[in-house]
Amino acid sequence: MRLMSLFPFFISCALALLSLLAAPAFAAPGALPDTLAQRLLACTSCHAAKEHREAFFPHIAGKPAGYLYNQLVNFREGRRQYPLMTYMVDHLPDAYLREIAQYFSQLPPATVPAQATTMSTTALARGRTLATLGDPAIDVPACIACHGQKLTGVAPAIPGLLGLPRDYINAQFGAWRNHVRRANAPDCMGLIANRLSNQDVAAVSSWLATQPMPLDARPAAASAAPLPIRCGGMTDGGN
Amino acid sequence: MKKTVLLGIAVAAIAFVGSLILAGSVLWPADDLGPAPGKNVASNPADRIARGAYLAKAGDCMACHTPRGGAAYAGGRAIETPFGAIMSPNITSDREHGIGSWSRDDFWRALHNGKGKDGRLLYPAFPYTNYTHITRDDADALHAFFQTVPAVAKTNLPHRLRFPYNQQIALAAWRALYFRPSVWRDQGGQSIAWNRGAYLVNGLGHCSACHSSRNRLGATADGWSGGLIPVLGWYAPSLTSPAEAGLGNWDNARIVQLLKTGVAPGATVSGPMAEVVMASLQHLSDADLGAMAVYLKSLQTPAPAAKPAAALSPFAARAFEAQLKAGATLYDTHCIDCHQANGGGMAPAYPALAGNRALMMVQAVNPIRSVLHGGFAPATCDNARPYGMPAFGPLLNDDEVAAVVSYVRHAWGNLAPRVSAMEVNRQRSVPLD
Repeated sequence: MRLMSLFPFFISCALALLSLLAAPAFAAPGALPDTLAQRLLACTSCHAAKEHREAFFPHIAGKPAGYLYNQLVNFREGRRQYPLMTYMVDHLPDAYLREIAQYFSQLPPATVPAQATTMSTTALARGRTLATLGDPAIDVPACIACHGQKLTGVAPAIPGLLGLPRDYINAQFGAWRNHVRRANAPDCMGLIANRLSNQDVAAVSSWLATQPMPLDARPAAASAAPLPIRCGGMTDGGN
Repeated sequence: MKKTVLLGIAVAAIAFVGSLILAGSVLWPADDLGPAPGKNVASNPADRIARGAYLAKAGDCMACHTPRGGAAYAGGRAIETPFGAIMSPNITSDREHGIGSWSRDDFWRALHNGKGKDGRLLYPAFPYTNYTHITRDDADALHAFFQTVPAVAKTNLPHRLRFPYNQQIALAAWRALYFRPSVWRDQGGQSIAWNRGAYLVNGLGHCSACHSSRNRLGATADGWSGGLIPVLGWYAPSLTSPAEAGLGNWDNARIVQLLKTGVAPGATVSGPMAEVVMASLQHLSDADLGAMAVYLKSLQTPAPAAKPAAALSPFAARAFEAQLKAGATLYDTHCIDCHQANGGGMAPAYPALAGNRALMMVQAVNPIRSVLHGGFAPATCDNARPYGMPAFGPLLNDDEVAAVVSYVRHAWGNLAPRVSAMEVNRQRSVPLD
C-alpha cells in the first residue's frame, strides 16, 4: 500500500528530472564539481585516514559496499547509535545511501598504522587465539572464519577488522552487549559479543589493533568456507 | 434555629453543586459537532483514500506517529516537551491497538475536539489546536486513508508526564484557556489561493507549532513571531519579520522551490525543517505550495527598527577584534572552499553567507549548530543527492566555533551580535536526535 501510494510521487520525480535534463545547465563550468567526492565532504572530514583525530572514527574507504550500506541504514533506523551519524543520514533515502556506500567501497583502503599496546603478552595471546581459532568452549567462532583469512573482510557485506582503533572495537562490543548496536536478525555479532567476557573483548580488540594492515587490504571476493554462524546483515537489501 | 441551619446547609449545597456544574461546563464543554459531512463523502472510495494519503503527508502525521526504524504509523515516538514526554499512539488500522475500530465521528472528534474515542482529553502535542481547522470532508478522507494503513499490533506506551501535567483536570483547564474548536472559514476579500494557503498553513501544516512562541503552559501565541523549539533547541524563525524568515520580499516561485526541494537561492532548510520538507512538503502539489506561498507572503510585517549596538568598553572591543581575526583565519582554512572568499557560496549546494538571514538572527543557535553538526540538505525529488557540510564539532573547540560564527555574522556587511564560547558549549549537549 505504501509503495502504491508513493507511485505518483516517483512519476512526478521522474518528470521533474526529465525537465531538468532538458533545461540548459545554469552553473558556471567548473564552479561546483558534480562528483560524489564533493557531495560527500561531510563524510570524509571525519573518516579520511589523514584526519584520524581522537583515533575513534573508523576508516571506511575500501570496506565492502553491502556492509557500509547496512550501517548507513542502521544509523538512520536507530539500530546503531551515534547521534552525529544518525543526524547526517536522517534525511537521505536508500538510493543515495547505496550510492554513498558504493563510492567509499571503491576507494583504495586506507593504510592505518598498527597501534601500540600495553596489554600483557598473555592477553595478546588470548586475543590471537580468539581471532584465529575461536573458542569452541564458549561457542565463539574465529574472527577469520567470517572476516577473511587476512581479516580484511569479505564482499559483499563483511567488514575488515584491521586498522580499527582499539577503542572503537571495544565500543562496538559494548554496544552489542547493551543492544544499542543491532543488525537484522539473526544478529550474529550481538550473539558473539554476549558470549565473550570483558577480558576476552579487551584481549581481542588489543590484538586486532596491533596487527599491521597488509599491503592489499581489500576485502576477499568470497568466503573460502561456509560461514560458521548465520548473519542477518548478510542479506543485503533486507532492511 | 435548627431550620435556619438546615436552610443554610441546603443553600450551600445548592451553591456547591451549581458551581461544580458551572465549572464542569467551563472545563468540560460539550463537543463542537462542526459541519455535517459534505457531499464529497459519497465520492469514489479509492479517490477518498488517495486524498487522505495526500492530506496525511500535508499533516506530516508520520513524523510523530512513527519512531525511528519502526512500522509506519504504529506510534511509540517520544515527543519531548518541557512537561515530560508524550508517547505518540498507534494509528494503524489495528482494531485493538490502533484506530481500526474508530468511526468517522470518533476520528472527527479527535481532530476537531481533541478527544479520544473513550472521551479522554488529548494532549495538544497532538496539534488539534491546528487540526480543529480541518474540514469535515478532509477529516473523513484522512479517516478513510488510515483505515487502509496495515494493522500493527503494537501496544501504546504510557506518557511520561510530571504531576500535575498528567491530570485530566489540568488539561481541561488548559483547554478552557487556549482551545476553541472551529473549522477554518475562508475570509472574504482574500483570493482563493490565499484562503487555501491559510487553511493548509494553519490547519494540517501546523506550522505555528514551531514558528510561534510558546508561553509557560506551552500554548502557542497568536502570530508567527518565531521561537526556540522546546527541548529540540533549534530556533524556528519568525514568519513575519523580514529580518528572519518573513517571505514578503521573496517571489512565489522561490518560496515554492524552498518548500519543495529544501534549497533555494540564499536559503537551505536545516534541523527540524529538513524533516518537514523531506516527509511532508515535497509531496504537496505545486498548486498547494503556491497557495501556501501566497499566504506566507501576506504575513510579513515591517522590519523592526534596528537597535544601535551598545558601545563596547575598550577591553571588550579589543577582545571582539581578536575574535573576528581568529574567525577570519579559521574561515580561510575550513569554509572558504565551499562558501567562497566573498561569502557568495556555490548555488545550489552551498548557500551564500553574505546577506544570509539565517546567520544573522539575534538567537544564534542555528548557525552554531550548523557549524557543530554540519549535515545534508534533505534529499528531495529535485535534489535527490544533496551536498553535505562537514561537522566541525569534533574538529574545532568552543572558542574556535564562536570565532568563526561571529566572523560570518560580521563579514561582507553582515551584522549580528557576536557569539561566545559559552553559547557554543551549551549547544554541544543538546540532543541531536
